[in-house]
Amino acid sequence: MLDAILLTPIAEIMAFPPFFFEVLIGGLLTGVMYALVALGFVLIFKASGVFNFSQGAMVLFAALTFVGLEDMGVPLILALVVTAAVMVAFAFAVERAVLRPLVGQAPITLFMATIGITFFLDGFGLTLWGSEVRRLDIGIPAEPLVIGDLFLNGFDVVAAAVCGALVLTLALFFQYTATGRALRAVADDHTAAMSVGIPLKVIWTIVWSVAGLAGLVAGIMWGAKLGVQPSLALIALKALPVLILGGFTSVPGAILGGLIIGAGEAVFEVFWVGLHGGASQDWFAYMLAMVVLLFRPQGLFGEKIIERV
Amino acid sequence: MFYLETGQYKTSYAKDQQIFPLVQDRVGMVVILLVAFVAIPLLSSNYWLSTIMLPFLIYSLAAIGLNILTGYAGQLSLGTGGFMATGAFAAYKLTTAFPELHFVLVLILAGVITAFVGVLFGLPSLRIKGFYLAVATLAAQFFLVWLYNKNPWFTNYSASGVISAPPREVVPGVVVTGASGTPEAKYYFVLVLVVVLAWMAKNMARSKMGRAWMAIRDMDIAAEIIGIRPAATKLTAFAVSSFYIGIAGALWAFTYTGSVEALAFEINVSFDVLFMIIIGGLGTILGGFLGAAFIILFPIALNQSLLAMGLQNAIELASHLEFMIMGALIVTFLILEPHGLARLWQIFKQKLRTWPFPY
Repeated sequence: MLDAILLTPIAEIMAFPPFFFEVLIGGLLTGVMYALVALGFVLIFKASGVFNFSQGAMVLFAALTFVGLEDMGVPLILALVVTAAVMVAFAFAVERAVLRPLVGQAPITLFMATIGITFFLDGFGLTLWGSEVRRLDIGIPAEPLVIGDLFLNGFDVVAAAVCGALVLTLALFFQYTATGRALRAVADDHTAAMSVGIPLKVIWTIVWSVAGLAGLVAGIMWGAKLGVQPSLALIALKALPVLILGGFTSVPGAILGGLIIGAGEAVFEVFWVGLHGGASQDWFAYMLAMVVLLFRPQGLFGEKIIERV
Repeated sequence: MFYLETGQYKTSYAKDQQIFPLVQDRVGMVVILLVAFVAIPLLSSNYWLSTIMLPFLIYSLAAIGLNILTGYAGQLSLGTGGFMATGAFAAYKLTTAFPELHFVLVLILAGVITAFVGVLFGLPSLRIKGFYLAVATLAAQFFLVWLYNKNPWFTNYSASGVISAPPREVVPGVVVTGASGTPEAKYYFVLVLVVVLAWMAKNMARSKMGRAWMAIRDMDIAAEIIGIRPAATKLTAFAVSSFYIGIAGALWAFTYTGSVEALAFEINVSFDVLFMIIIGGLGTILGGFLGAAFIILFPIALNQSLLAMGLQNAIELASHLEFMIMGALIVTFLILEPHGLARLWQIFKQKLRTWPFPY
């Protein structure tokens, strides 16, 4: 038993290191895609303190709308613009119909409300566009990249690059624009931000829009990788443990959390459970997050949770 | 004037502490029990009993369990499906390993095993709360379902992984599980269990333990300062809640579906039960029943109305619409009536009390 857990997998890794690195890098690249989804969560949590369970549904909805428009013969760029507009409209609707009436409620109530939004959005998207699996081709080459001894999935490399670009854009947006500064002010202290004249409602709409756009990018990348289908929302759910690991309030934490979980589950699946049934990706991330929570409740990079009476 | 407590004097401590202090409530309870035990089996068809009443009762039990944890003790859990699966598989392993063991005992032991598992996954609640805890309980959901699905020991090495529940008797000659049990027998068996367990839950909620749960929910720091031990209180909430949910899971597999399979307890079950207690009413026993009735009847009503509107092949559309309307309802309830249907019932009782005057 101990042998199967400790010795054999290590021996396998030692026997042929390039394969281990292939698995590891493949996992890291998947992790980047998790981070892409997790980013949307972090944005909303930072700016409004709402833990947005519906980010996964937003990813699915954006992907469904995009691929649906494309199937209708709308050109790629136009479909992209229209979907982005739809996500912004959705942000307006959420702010108006859900957030505003629930202002001042306990965070857990808002959390449950976002579960409601999740169901609504899933149902709405599927009613509108149907639930069959759709292929999404955005012209990224799928042939493997060969670097030295390693075979890498070309698509994953491109996805990682897109994610990197998105993170950089967001970082610059937060750092250098007036809106970005206002967002950071709201994240820091709602009341103080309001007292210096930052319109809270506008900020919330903006931040949900940005999260929707991040969801659109994530949806397109995941959709191109796996096809656009309802189970996309379940993959997006995995952004939750990513966040727990990285800390809710930290953008670098989301990225690093994604990398750790992506790499961890790939290595764990291939070397530890591969022969005993497999499919450990379903739960590995959640278990890891739970163990981390036991020892470090604020995650790796989150701000320490201080409770005041 | 229909619901006046005036003139009902409590002349002993026992009367002051009884579960239904008002005579109207006692009469109401008797009427409900008569309806459940006599009228429903007489009036409804086998189809109605086995496809609507059974899942309603079992879901009510699960909702009571989750309500103890989330509604009374304030610990949000998304692991209900995983715990139900634990109960189902514990019962299956027990009853196949010891076929002579009485089935009620099997259920209780399955509940106890689930309680242990629940405490294990409840350990993070000692350090975290709110949505952090919700994510941690997702680990229970995904891990447990995976475990039962992939590990052939749990299915007694059956080739397909889908196993039918073996027939078991409660009293000699009356089979209540599997395909060979009659709907009436199953219905009475589940009904008796649900009544007993709901009565126990109601009493627990108004005991010292229940008050400790509510104190932790309302403000954990204040509760700790007045001498309530947070660790013990949270873990008993997890244990009791999982006990109920485990029994519900075992009943689900043995009496309702008749087959024990892990994939019947996917994450959607967790959400369904959570929605039941939000719609029914957090922190009430009645809410579990109201929420379960709503969640069971709503899709049927939707399907019927779609059919009535002439949409024939609308099954897929109906399931999507159901998602959508359910989500909208959750948000609406949270905004308009955060205390759920049980609160509406309370308002109605107040109206009965003061009628015909407004106050």
